[in-house]
Amino acid sequence: MAKSPEEEHPQKAFGWAAKDSSGLLSPFHFSRRETGDGDVTIKILYCGVCHSDLHNVKNEWGFTMYPVVPGHEIVGTVTKTGKNVKKFKVGEQVGVGVLVDSCKRCESCQQDLENYCPQMIFTYNSFSQDGTKTYGGYSDIVVVDEHYVLRFPENLPPDAGAPLLCAGITVYSPMKYYGMTEPGKHLGVAGLGGLGHVAVKIGKAFGLKVTVISTSPKKEDEAINRLGADSFLVSSDPAKMKAAINTMDYIIDTVSAVHPLAPLISLLKLNGKLITVGLPEKPLELPIFPLVLGRKLVGGSDVGGIKETQEMLDFCAKHGITADIELIKMGDINTAMERLAKSDVKYRFVIDVANSLSQ
Amino acid sequence: MAKSPEVEHPNKALGWAARDTSGILSPFNFSRRATGEKDVKFKVLYCGICHSDLHMILNEWGTTTYPLIPGHEIVGVVTEVGSKVQKFKVGDKVGVGCMVGACLSCDSCSNHLENYCPKMILTYGAKYYDGTTTYGGYSDTMVSDEHFVIRIPENLPLDSSAPLLCAGITVYSPLRFYGLDKPGMHVGVVGLGGLGHVAVKFAKAMGVKVTVISTSPNKKKEAMGHLGADSFLVSKDQDQMQGAQGTMDGIIDTVSAQHPLLPLIGLLKTQGKLVMVGAPEKPLELPVFPLIMARKLLGGSCIGGMKETQEMIDFAAKHNIKADIEVIPVDYVNTAMERLQKADVRYRFVIDIANTLKSNA
Repeated sequence: MAKSPEEEHPQKAFGWAAKDSSGLLSPFHFSRRETGDGDVTIKILYCGVCHSDLHNVKNEWGFTMYPVVPGHEIVGTVTKTGKNVKKFKVGEQVGVGVLVDSCKRCESCQQDLENYCPQMIFTYNSFSQDGTKTYGGYSDIVVVDEHYVLRFPENLPPDAGAPLLCAGITVYSPMKYYGMTEPGKHLGVAGLGGLGHVAVKIGKAFGLKVTVISTSPKKEDEAINRLGADSFLVSSDPAKMKAAINTMDYIIDTVSAVHPLAPLISLLKLNGKLITVGLPEKPLELPIFPLVLGRKLVGGSDVGGIKETQEMLDFCAKHGITADIELIKMGDINTAMERLAKSDVKYRFVIDVANSLSQ
Repeated sequence: MAKSPEVEHPNKALGWAARDTSGILSPFNFSRRATGEKDVKFKVLYCGICHSDLHMILNEWGTTTYPLIPGHEIVGVVTEVGSKVQKFKVGDKVGVGCMVGACLSCDSCSNHLENYCPKMILTYGAKYYDGTTTYGGYSDTMVSDEHFVIRIPENLPLDSSAPLLCAGITVYSPLRFYGLDKPGMHVGVVGLGGLGHVAVKFAKAMGVKVTVISTSPNKKKEAMGHLGADSFLVSKDQDQMQGAQGTMDGIIDTVSAQHPLLPLIGLLKTQGKLVMVGAPEKPLELPVFPLIMARKLLGGSCIGGMKETQEMIDFAAKHNIKADIEVIPVDYVNTAMERLQKADVRYRFVIDIANTLKSNA
């Protein structure tokens, strides 16, 4: 008979979990595996609240296995290392992102693309190699194979840097892969939330001209004056959209609600690229003629491999890029989730785990 | 008052035109401009029938003005060249494809991408620089600026190379641009018609393994025997499609009817590319999760620039690639269009202009 979450592993752990599709989180006792030879045990300091966490606690994608402890933007301190661990030592500040394991042998893994490994294991709501479920960073400790742990740069604040572990890599990776980094080129960022605001900062650091495309006119001031975007386009304004036709080299689409692609595609120049990183529940309508006539493309991207995630963290440290966050206590997570559902956050909640997760 | 087609230019010409949305073609007297200093004039020998011709004569895209002489897979023999023409001389075998003009100064034109120039002028149904209507290759003569004329290499037969001027470049360009041309890659070709059969031949010549994906099981024998495809998938056979999941580096989708994208995206490997060269009128449903989870992309492509079209023809000559055609007399053209509507052709009709388009005079 399967052991309870509390008993299945030797190291006690405590976190907050959602137990059903109401998505309400509450205290949850569980356990972490013993620190294996290649493992690192991490005391969690901060964990970002990603919109995927919200989708998962409410089972919006249909594959949640309750109880679920979300959280894949984890920053903490190493407390134990296995005897074969080479990359980290006790006391170091580290991060854990969206994945904690993969097969290490396939073509994707060999190319440092563990995120595309068919056997990739998510930080939470997946099955580990030993058959037990993974639990995420809304908790006090986590044990991870060192290969999947990131060195957290010293000059990055651990709280405001935590969201980079998902939001950061989610926009950085496609910008590199799809060649969206040529200084002087024009990047559109659709959606100004957790992903979008980081995309603006990273885009500016690459020397791009950045236009934020949003349905909310009131985000303009922030976008331009605080985040540094060069311009702002209200997507529901037909005249403004028309004037912007054929002006952008690339667009990162961070919007996860169902939305029309045709207007975004029309903003692209010849050979333009629309890269979608938001995860709408339903398929989107795609007009083919404009893609054919303008040799444009629509591509997807999903976080990034470990090597690239480290590269992204170092890039952000070098350019002083962090997320704009609202630090919350663990006990406020349900209110935060409600606000997140209404996009009422500038632009990521981060849970102050170490200081507010008490049993 | 605008001059009639017959007298607007100095040189008489005869073609077959559609006059209305019935799409029925019939003899049409018109005229071609005098051979300008950069122009090449040639006697049309053959003209391929592209599916676009059918869409245009029926005004299915809503852009047709009548009378319309279609035809943009035109080959012939040069009869006159302008004083500044450098690349061609009388007697040369030449061709003209989908374009006869562009601005030649924008970014696209400077990068040999005249096909994407905002001022690109189509071979037929468009307005030329002088404001007159362009008429296509279902006619006895063509006059074209030398920039838009292609040399047909000696060893390529004229009739079966005509379709390369549209179908050929339409599939060659994206195979190159999207990097689906590396030996050992595996590329799928959806739809086995004018575009599809040429795509198989080009991809094979590039050293690529080719799988044809089709709704018609009875095309399998041709696909694998005659055309040289390595395998064949019946797209409605779920087991076959399932078995081929995650096996292709890219897919060239030549189908212009509405069709589901999800099964095709599933055939792609991680980082695979689905390239659309057929253009369905209405939007298709794009499932986003599969693109994101495996970093796949879906892109479009539209013919190719002049430099690349010449490169494509030279490549075809080197590898002995020709279209599979059915040569027809011009007065069969309406029947051909009916058969094309039902995809009843292997795989392109080509009109034998020189031998069957006779002047009434």
